Amino acid sequence: MSDQNSNPVRDAIADAIEQHEVILFMKGTPDAPACGFSARTVAALQALDARFAAVDILPDPRIRQELSALSQWPTIPQLFVRGELIGGCDIVTEMYESGELATVLGLEQSDGAAPADAAPVAGAPLQIENRLS
Amino acid sequence: MPDAADIKSRIEAAIPGARAEVEDWTGGGDHFRATVVAPAFEGLSRIQQHRLVYDVFGDEIGGPIHALSLTTRPQ
Repeated sequence: MSDQNSNPVRDAIADAIEQHEVILFMKGTPDAPACGFSARTVAALQALDARFAAVDILPDPRIRQELSALSQWPTIPQLFVRGELIGGCDIVTEMYESGELATVLGLEQSDGAAPADAAPVAGAPLQIENRLS
Repeated sequence: MPDAADIKSRIEAAIPGARAEVEDWTGGGDHFRATVVAPAFEGLSRIQQHRLVYDVFGDEIGGPIHALSLTTRPQ
């Protein structure tokens, strides 16, 4: 549909999803989530000591718009593993509790680890808007 | 502005055989939590189940409905 127009935001999002095995699009950053749903999703990943890239969608409204168009998923956060949408806060939390999240991520889940107790392990957040000319 | 009863009836009208329990999470009319049980979910992944519910509301999700937290199951 938009083939005749270049879409640098969507291209940057698609590249980021392709280039990072585990990537979370969220409001705010892992250290300073700007929404409770994003915070809960980060906490589940951190409870598993998962390494993940994070993109803050707030600085540019086009990021959210294009991400949702690409993923066909209306809400934030969105977690992708190996290029596939895993889900948002509800699904990630459910999968954390059932142990499926650890399986999808190829990690061991230690018993009794509560998301809130986790230490942050995420690297610096990706800055998609900075990559746009 | 939608209320919990409105969201419940729209989900139940749109998805065959669905039963929904919806609560207004914050009392502010924009954060809702819903549990939806529908035979139509059988055989679908969680992502696909949630998409069926989100599709009922289209652009309202992220607009007037700021958040719709979902738990879905086939029965």
